[in-house]
Amino acid sequence: MVHKAGAGHPGGSLSAIDLLVGLYSTQMSVSPDDANNADRDRFVMSKGHASPAVYSILHEMGFLVKSDLDGFRTMGSVCQGHVDMKWTNGVDFSAGSLGMGLSFGLGCAFAARLNEQDFHTWVMIGDGETQEGQIWEAFMAASYHDIQNLHVIVDRNRIQNDDFVDVQMEIGDIASKISSFGWSVKEIDGHDMEHVVDALSWAANTPGPNAIVAHTVKGKGVSFMEDNPAFHGKAPTDEELSQALEELA
Amino acid sequence: MSAPSTGGASRDGYGAALLDIASDPRVVVLEADLGKSTKSCLFREEYPERTISLGIAEQNMMLVAAGLASCGKVPFASTFAIFSERAFEQVRNGIARPGLTVHICGSHGGIHTGTDGSSAQSIEDLALYRTIPGMTVMHPCDDLSARHLTAALLNHDSPSYTRTARNKTPRMYDDETVNSLEIGKGSVLRSGSNVAIIANGVMVHKAMSAAEELSTRGIDATVVDMHTLKPLDTELLDRLAIECSGIVTVEDHSVIAGLGSSVAEHLSQTNPTKIKMLGVQDHFGESGGSEELLEKVGLTREAIIAASESLV
Repeated sequence: MVHKAGAGHPGGSLSAIDLLVGLYSTQMSVSPDDANNADRDRFVMSKGHASPAVYSILHEMGFLVKSDLDGFRTMGSVCQGHVDMKWTNGVDFSAGSLGMGLSFGLGCAFAARLNEQDFHTWVMIGDGETQEGQIWEAFMAASYHDIQNLHVIVDRNRIQNDDFVDVQMEIGDIASKISSFGWSVKEIDGHDMEHVVDALSWAANTPGPNAIVAHTVKGKGVSFMEDNPAFHGKAPTDEELSQALEELA
Repeated sequence: MSAPSTGGASRDGYGAALLDIASDPRVVVLEADLGKSTKSCLFREEYPERTISLGIAEQNMMLVAAGLASCGKVPFASTFAIFSERAFEQVRNGIARPGLTVHICGSHGGIHTGTDGSSAQSIEDLALYRTIPGMTVMHPCDDLSARHLTAALLNHDSPSYTRTARNKTPRMYDDETVNSLEIGKGSVLRSGSNVAIIANGVMVHKAMSAAEELSTRGIDATVVDMHTLKPLDTELLDRLAIECSGIVTVEDHSVIAGLGSSVAEHLSQTNPTKIKMLGVQDHFGESGGSEELLEKVGLTREAIIAASESLV
């Protein structure tokens, strides 16, 4: 997708994909045949640049067809550069500007409470994204209001646009910080599927707002992308694509 | 029209409207600490379970509202006009871009806000919000029209921003005449063929007062309460441009990109007309009384009269 478009964000897609596979295969109650069902679970991809990961999952789930993926980032395509609820069936939030998704998910969770619905809202945020103040406004509000069925997954891949997170603006012990805002928190290896599935189940069954801090590797599975800030937002060349596909196979 | 009666401030109308539409369970009210000022507190007293306090955190409030709207609720979120601007990008990207129907109310707009000083006197809010595709932008002139137009938002299918004012102004409508108001339709308060005075918000009653004085000087003025800045009533503007020799616009807002600019943007392409724009001339306000400040920036009955006479 990213190679064909000549642009996109492979690093943060590969760090998130195991988590998304776990989420959609074990927790998300959604169906392409009834995509707008009011009782469906919501997934808010706040780090909307990881759109290739989301589109890949939605393709597997039957929301998108192969030709949709081929149109990624091109005029008129349902696969916009950043995930967008207005364009794509199965997408619940229009992302692209970091720091907003948790607030949106909080709104969904408030609606569930007011409507007496029991759907769950899952929000994925990036670690660099926690530099945005709005994220903490939302963490604070969710615990104050004793919000239920709201779950955050932090993709702790340690790299943001320009460089490593700790070079740009150190965020420290993110699990402790979230915990200090009144949330239940679990830390896992975000590429160990057993840990991922167990943690998602823990989140779904733990009262109050809760968060999974998933330690991940940016560019996971492709040797030259792993832990490499250069592949935050860069498309692979023809040769790099061949090598990547071989390594991932 | 009979002499205007003294009503409340337009922010009182906002609070009253929330109660008027409260029987619809979709209505949810969001506050960022200033409910006593914006008057959403009236809803909170009656419906605390549907009132969400977000603290002094406007950015979060806008996206919580967006999430609620995506799940079928009709959120009304309020704060001071100036503080809503802090969340401009949230409104742009999180509400308007996906087309979510969230209704934002910014109270205490304009220099009319007074003694709090320039930090609280939003003079650019209407300009900002009208640049966002799909946003409805309103600035009613009194409590009754603010109440009527806010209640009309319940069945309005696009995001909106409504500016209300802190201080009381004379009523331009009564319980009956206010029912003729429609979002997107300018309200002609007085008809005359010499000049058209188009005003919004707290300046509408001054426009009416100016028109009455002008009539004693042999000048017949039309006065329009242009409560909706977007979508703009272009049909009415075209008619006025043809009927009158000139147009005076009056707003407690920067002359850059506000009501006057909206009128000029349209008419310059359809019916080029002489326009005098009265408003805040690209500078900040200061502490002072409402009337003192309006006088200092030239937003007076006398200035409207002089501008009108210069066009006839």
